[in-house]
Amino acid sequence: MTSLRNESSLSMMRLKGLIRKEVKQIIRDPSSIGIAFFLPVILLIIFGYGVSLDAEHVPLGLVVEHPGPEANGFMAGFQDSEYFEPILYHSVQEAEKALIERKIMGIVWTRSDFARTLLSSSEAPIGVIVNGVDANQARIVEGYITGVWMKWLVSYARSHGLALKVPIRVKHRIWFNSAVRSRNFLVPGLIAVIMTLIGGMLTSMVVAREWERGTMEALLVTPVRVKEIILGKVIPYFFLGMGGMVLSVFIAIVVFHVPFRGSYLALGFASSLFMLTAIALGLIISTAAGSQFVAGQIAIVITFLPAFMLSGFVFDINSMPYPIQIITHIVAARYFVSILQSLFLAGNIWPIYIVNCLWLAGMALVFFRIIRKKSHKRLV
Amino acid sequence: MLRRILALTIKEFIGILKNKKSRMVLILPPIAQIIVFGYAATFDLKDVPVAIYNEDQGQISRDVIARFRGSRVFKIIGTMESDGQIAPVINLKKALIVLHFHRDFSRDILRGGSGNLQVILDGRNSNTALLALNYVHTIIADFNKAWAAENGRGRPPARLVVRSWFNRMLDSHWFIIPGIVALLTIVVTLEVTALSVAKEREAGTFDQLLVTPMTPFEILVGKSLPGLIIGLIEGSFIIFVTCFWFDIPLRGSLLVLYSGLFTFLLSAIGIGLMISSISLTQQQGLMGAFMFLVPAVVLSGFATPIANMPKLVQDFTLLNPMRYILVIVRSVFLQGAGFELLWTQYVPMAIIGIVTLAIAGFLFKRRLY
Repeated sequence: MTSLRNESSLSMMRLKGLIRKEVKQIIRDPSSIGIAFFLPVILLIIFGYGVSLDAEHVPLGLVVEHPGPEANGFMAGFQDSEYFEPILYHSVQEAEKALIERKIMGIVWTRSDFARTLLSSSEAPIGVIVNGVDANQARIVEGYITGVWMKWLVSYARSHGLALKVPIRVKHRIWFNSAVRSRNFLVPGLIAVIMTLIGGMLTSMVVAREWERGTMEALLVTPVRVKEIILGKVIPYFFLGMGGMVLSVFIAIVVFHVPFRGSYLALGFASSLFMLTAIALGLIISTAAGSQFVAGQIAIVITFLPAFMLSGFVFDINSMPYPIQIITHIVAARYFVSILQSLFLAGNIWPIYIVNCLWLAGMALVFFRIIRKKSHKRLV
Repeated sequence: MLRRILALTIKEFIGILKNKKSRMVLILPPIAQIIVFGYAATFDLKDVPVAIYNEDQGQISRDVIARFRGSRVFKIIGTMESDGQIAPVINLKKALIVLHFHRDFSRDILRGGSGNLQVILDGRNSNTALLALNYVHTIIADFNKAWAAENGRGRPPARLVVRSWFNRMLDSHWFIIPGIVALLTIVVTLEVTALSVAKEREAGTFDQLLVTPMTPFEILVGKSLPGLIIGLIEGSFIIFVTCFWFDIPLRGSLLVLYSGLFTFLLSAIGIGLMISSISLTQQQGLMGAFMFLVPAVVLSGFATPIANMPKLVQDFTLLNPMRYILVIVRSVFLQGAGFELLWTQYVPMAIIGIVTLAIAGFLFKRRLY
């Protein structure tokens, strides 16, 4: 009777043995430790500095066809703005050539009759050309140019005694990130992308490796259970991955000064759930692939790119077409990005936190079911 | 010599394609990814959830709200009655924007003054917030202009006449999708090359290859050709989808585009083979591929511009072949650029390719242990 019960239950001794073996293997091939600790730190630092959507010092071509106090007054706004780095051109043709050669992002241009039309009753046109190849930047630059123009309008009206009252004045407040620093939301997002990668990379090859080297066959003849093999893989890599996670959060807060407004306990719990899904995904790849070569190929394709494109880390999920929004639900990073952005910038928003954690937990469960089903103790 | 190279190339192709799973990995994901990412990757907002907090009793606020309702960018999800409701709606992401019309909004405007419209935005994704705010400004500016004209208010002395070149509607798909051509091509090429030498090293067959009459140069060419051929085929397929499925205009010449693709593949293969010949095991090869691929994608200007990076990181990206191919693909597609505008992009890629291939070939022989 006792022996029968033992058949289905876990043996702590066997599990410990497996874990000890895995830990030794990790220590002997330093690439795993490198992946878990060095890689997140290096990537986060490079990306944290490198990834920014805040356009500053945008090279902007200015063309004044007929210099005068009016045109110069207007152009001074661009010289003073920290967003622009103005370059003067003598003719529009010259500026357009620079635009085509990608030397400048946009052109602002006042015609020779600017001063005259300004004083007449009609509106003086100010030419603006933006390079639309990078549409997102073009929009942001257009917004900045409009801002300079509006500021100039107000001061012009004041100095000329014009009663220029716009009917509606917009006053905006951007919550959670009032300085509109894109780094504050990109760095938490990067943690999710990087950890997806780390988790997948750590485990995507470990089972395939055992099959390929024949050590899995050696394991098969021992009394070890499939469950124990799985846990023996998950537990060491889980702690390894969590170590990398702690380092990443530390860097986000200390190096990049991203405010952290939520609770660390909540962060730890959500990170654990996410790490489990990432490791499980790696194990699925590893089990399904059979060879390291294929496992490596699959890992490149299905871990990094979906986390980068479909997690809402740069591209807003709400703006995607509906069918694509549904697809994003199978990307675990999506939930983690949402949790991280809220915990870092907004604090403990429990309803958002709980819903996303439930999704993560559900995904982890499904993934482990799949691993359990796909793993078998027999030769193929 | 040619026969030997051909034999190795055929053997490599068999190695890649004989395994059904490996075949699937090369064919299916790029098809799925160009479609899914093509639709997913957009900076243009639509259906931004807006909540209205209207304390004003007048007509003007209702007219403004109607303009928001008529816009495809915004979707009004509800109205609120008190200040206290703003925080939960924003916190829970039910709305990205709250438009707050103050009590005297319409009256202030009718009296000849300015009505204050308070706009509260969720800044957790500050790029989305900033873009949404720009759209709000556009709607309000249009309204202001129309209202001022109807009610005889003074017009501003100057106005901006904005034109955007190469992408008149500023559709961000036009920017991102040509970028996906480069993205998926480099992924496929690395998949094929980065493990190819490491796999043989681990199995011991690479030593056997070295004792054959093949020179390192011949091995190099034989190992490169599959990546080049697969990369060209998949690249062409993605270009085809970009043109005919997503209707992105291809304004330049195919010759300019393919010269770029070819040079780019050369550098990608060089890097892949270099990684592969440094690694002792496939796991190290995979790690190396990721170590290169991830920074190469994130720091390429694919999603976030290189111009926004600090100077040091910008210099670092000069080593990244993706940076150059993105400029070429986008310029050829949208701008119709030719060689005279782009030659500065080909040269660095060719140099990266030649140097990395040389290192890979050198390492074939030296790394015998």
